[in-house]
Amino acid sequence: MKARGLTTSQIILGGLWAALLLAPYWMPWVGGYTALGTRVLVLGLAAMSVNFLLGFTGMLSFGHAAYFGLGAYGAGLCLKLLAASTPLALLVGTLTGGIAGAVLGTLIVRRRGIYFAMVTIAFGEVFYYIAFQWSTLTGGDDGLVGFSRQPLHFGPFTIDILNNGTAFYYFVLVCFAITIGFMAFLLRSPFGHTMIAIRENERRARFLGIPIERHIWIAFTLSCFFISLAGSLYALLNNFADPKGLHYDLSGNLVIMAVMGGMRSFWGPLLGAAIFVVLQDFLSSLTTNWMSFVGALFVLVVLFFPRGVLGVLRRRSET
Amino acid sequence: MMQLLLFNVTNGLIIGTFYVLMSLGLSLIINLSGVINFAHGGFLVLGGYLAYTLTPYLGFWGSLLVSPLLTAVIGVAIERLMIRRLYGRDPLYSLLLTFGLAYILEDGTRFLWGAQGLPVTIPAVLQQPLSAEFFFLTGYRLFMIGIVAAAVLLLFVLLRHTRIGVRIRAGTLDLETVAALGINVGRLRTLNFGMGIFLAGLSGVLAGGQLGLEPTMGAGLIMPSFIAIIVGGVGSLPGTLLGGLLIGVASGVTAVYFPPASQAVMYVLMAVVLLIRPRGLLGEEGMLT
Repeated sequence: MKARGLTTSQIILGGLWAALLLAPYWMPWVGGYTALGTRVLVLGLAAMSVNFLLGFTGMLSFGHAAYFGLGAYGAGLCLKLLAASTPLALLVGTLTGGIAGAVLGTLIVRRRGIYFAMVTIAFGEVFYYIAFQWSTLTGGDDGLVGFSRQPLHFGPFTIDILNNGTAFYYFVLVCFAITIGFMAFLLRSPFGHTMIAIRENERRARFLGIPIERHIWIAFTLSCFFISLAGSLYALLNNFADPKGLHYDLSGNLVIMAVMGGMRSFWGPLLGAAIFVVLQDFLSSLTTNWMSFVGALFVLVVLFFPRGVLGVLRRRSET
Repeated sequence: MMQLLLFNVTNGLIIGTFYVLMSLGLSLIINLSGVINFAHGGFLVLGGYLAYTLTPYLGFWGSLLVSPLLTAVIGVAIERLMIRRLYGRDPLYSLLLTFGLAYILEDGTRFLWGAQGLPVTIPAVLQQPLSAEFFFLTGYRLFMIGIVAAAVLLLFVLLRHTRIGVRIRAGTLDLETVAALGINVGRLRTLNFGMGIFLAGLSGVLAGGQLGLEPTMGAGLIMPSFIAIIVGGVGSLPGTLLGGLLIGVASGVTAVYFPPASQAVMYVLMAVVLLIRPRGLLGEEGMLT
């Protein structure tokens, strides 16, 4: 029984990677386009970063857009002011959001439950105001423009990710694979098991001598690093960064992606992101009242589908 | 300079009273139901727009009372239909549900009343400045402060001296015991939710007279309300009152010396409070940690 379950999951996993690898080739057939696939990957990575904290440590952060947006601005400003190099932009972007998360995290991890959620919501909005007001640096409401991702140079080779959308998709896929590989490694490590122990029973974990605050802080900081990498990739995708990337709307959307896909599973948020991005793309081309439909999606998922797609599937296969 | 400072402190106080009214409603709901009501700003906007529609029929004074009541009725209906199913579950779910409701309320307002901002006419009596020197002290602003003060006073008297108020306060501390004493907790929560939404509707009507109406105004007011609650301490209504006034005045004073930071200063204030007193100014340990 167990062995068969293992092979099924291996088949599914293989199919998933094949679908991701071949996406630029099959997506046009079903009415998609490569940039949409890249968006799914980037937002999927962001939703998985949120879920690293939400699903595996049980901490409800409703302000992760802040670190996503900081990553985007960091990468954009690096390309614009510092040096025209894509890897450097990713590094600077990731560090900007990650370090901000590490600093604010020291204040945030002191609280739990509702209080934790409220503090993350409130802190999630501070960079929005800063980006909005400091228009000489950030372009204010109009967003940061005047930068573009740069071709990658490997000695004699050059990969033109700037003009070739497919090449950029594969670049994002490589970044995605490395990051979630690291995420999976962390979740399987003793540290990852401790995170789950905190989620399941914080008091018991504390009595076992686990320094809870430090673990939550590390998990929070790591997830901020992951999501700011996603944010940097997002800036490279659009050659643009704007305050919307910092707004709590995005935080809420990332959380619903995680919940809709299934927040107890590793891959759930990616599936949720795919559903959400495709649906939003479709709705906004169809109606100007897409906000109501997205709102209704939130309500329906919470009331009738709180386990998410993968949660429901898993439960069905177990019974 | 003195004039300018006074002007902005008054401005800050006025804005602070909005925050107080709005965050008191939010606080009531968080304390008893454990629900972070993201749709609170949506209800505020609804209250404002309902007043706009009702004013031709009921006049300014009539709609000042009827519109918040109607908003509360809509709120109670939503609570009965959806939110009550989520009590006792992870706060994540009620947060997401109300987040979606906020989208629907904002979009619905835009659909019904248009995306363009609407001006609100207030009675001529309230429009004149009270003195030439302090031109900013219009009758409407004093009137707003008066209404907010009356509403807050009424709320605190209700909570302290009526049976329902005592039950609400007891439920905040220990809901299980309150239920064990034979009190219908479901009905208590519904009533409490309605009270919170009434306050949101009232602040919507008042805010409309001061700022005009826009479908997005609720989203702009919700974040400061969260900060007010955190600064004052989650679980403490007097704390919320203090927090709202404090961040209002802080942003008013900052507007004099460094206008671009007038929003960011609230976050600085919150960070300082969390650093020195993680549970908030008047929060007590053990209450909704």
